[in-house]
Amino acid sequence: MKQDKLIALALLMVAFSAVSGLALITVFIFKEGLPIIVKTGPGNFFLSSDWDPSSGNFGIFSMIAGSLAVTVCAMVIGTVFGLGLAIVLGEFCPPGLAAILKPVVELLAGIPSVVYGFVGVVTIVPLIRTYLGGPGLSVLASSIVLGIMVLPTVTSISMDALRAVPRSYWQGSIALGATKWQTTHMVMLKAAKSGIAAAIILGMGRAVGETMAVIMVAGNTLEVPHGILDPVRTLTSNIALEMGYASGQHREALFATGVTLFVIIMILNTVALVMARRGAGEGRTR
Amino acid sequence: MTEPAEIRAKVQVRDLTVRFAGKETLRNLNLDIYPNERLAIIGPASSGKTTFLRCLNRLNDLQHTFSHTGRILLDGKDVYDPDVDLAGLRRRMGMVYAVPEPLPWTIYENLVFGPRLAGFRDKDDLDERVERSLKSAYLWEETKDRLHQPAHNLSGGQQQRLCLARVLALKPEVLLLDEPCSGLDPISTAKIEDALVELTESLSIILVTNNTKQASRVSDRTAFFLMGELIEVGPTQQIFTKPNHERTDAYITGQFG
Repeated sequence: MKQDKLIALALLMVAFSAVSGLALITVFIFKEGLPIIVKTGPGNFFLSSDWDPSSGNFGIFSMIAGSLAVTVCAMVIGTVFGLGLAIVLGEFCPPGLAAILKPVVELLAGIPSVVYGFVGVVTIVPLIRTYLGGPGLSVLASSIVLGIMVLPTVTSISMDALRAVPRSYWQGSIALGATKWQTTHMVMLKAAKSGIAAAIILGMGRAVGETMAVIMVAGNTLEVPHGILDPVRTLTSNIALEMGYASGQHREALFATGVTLFVIIMILNTVALVMARRGAGEGRTR
Repeated sequence: MTEPAEIRAKVQVRDLTVRFAGKETLRNLNLDIYPNERLAIIGPASSGKTTFLRCLNRLNDLQHTFSHTGRILLDGKDVYDPDVDLAGLRRRMGMVYAVPEPLPWTIYENLVFGPRLAGFRDKDDLDERVERSLKSAYLWEETKDRLHQPAHNLSGGQQQRLCLARVLALKPEVLLLDEPCSGLDPISTAKIEDALVELTESLSIILVTNNTKQASRVSDRTAFFLMGELIEVGPTQQIFTKPNHERTDAYITGQFG
């Protein structure tokens, strides 16, 4: 009995240190980052594109725009392919094939992001440069790479959402003379919509936070992009690229970039969680 | 059955054998269903009753392990012919399941879903179908003022009548019912049974039921299934009073099942 209590205590401490780690990180980045936002003025910090640390200008608008552009385009790609895959695997292909394909898609999550970046630089960037023009390092290149990276998230969570729809809906609809496809898009997707929205938002969280692969293919210039072939710098790349040599205010400004990112991702995750819960609730009322 | 009777049969089942993953679930089944009749199918669990129903509107096709031999003719046309329009077939043979499964929409949307898919868009026509099918299912009085509320707010018995109405909105020719009253209270059951009796003015009904009393109350003829075989079929009166087969007698008198 004494042993039980000891182990319980030890595990409790482990659990607490993990949680307090998160709390400490939060406190730390806010403590380091908030002063410079206040000093520069939130308007200047968030809405100016003038980022010139050596002369004390810290405006991150071009990076917010960059992150936004890359994320939105990546999610278009990720949603089309991820949701498509979920529908095919869940509703149309024979169970044997699905049993092989689903793990393969999930395996995509296990590939290190630097490898995605590398493949992007070697294959996608030259293709874009040759066939579409521009420097190749661009919003489009990053979106394609990120779109593939978020596939496992979008696919497996959407599949779970579709699977949570009562089978009787499907049967009922088929018996009323609906084809499989009509049933899928009029009944199944409609019933699973909050779960699917959660899948997309979680994928978005991944895309916003991804750093390494994006640094390698985005081009990292400090300008607001005007088209999908323009190079961009994202919030994450900015931190990773400059942290090595930053000091003083410059360092604080990078922390402030981190705070911005942190808040964006927190919002996305919370929304996803709420939607997923609501989806689960809908499933249970039956 | 005599020859002339065969010609006017609505559904003819000939030598139907069904296998799932090679295992026989139905063996050598021959059965006719006539226009405007109510045929009850009784028999113990796993005797192939539900499988039989699901063969008629080809719901079994959705299972990868399903295979069959033999023929099922609807108005003389094999439903397993390659050129059969599946959706159309399922509209002609409406099905009601044991567990009520309204779709997660309003009552009205549940009722017009099928007709809309079939290409009926006219608002007045749809409204007329809704009213007529709800009346036929004895549900109109209870729901006429709340057609646009979620169907899941209805009670279990009402949901099942909604499922019946939903099928009727398609004006089917044959109605397949798979133990439609198994989870219902006596009042709802009585309403559905009344509805079924009136409905045979315009269609044929095949009613699978575990409740032999229900079969004797509602049906014109009764078929007894056992272990995937049709043991006997005849006028309900005769099946329940002096069946030809001793196993039928044993089942009806409650000696097994």
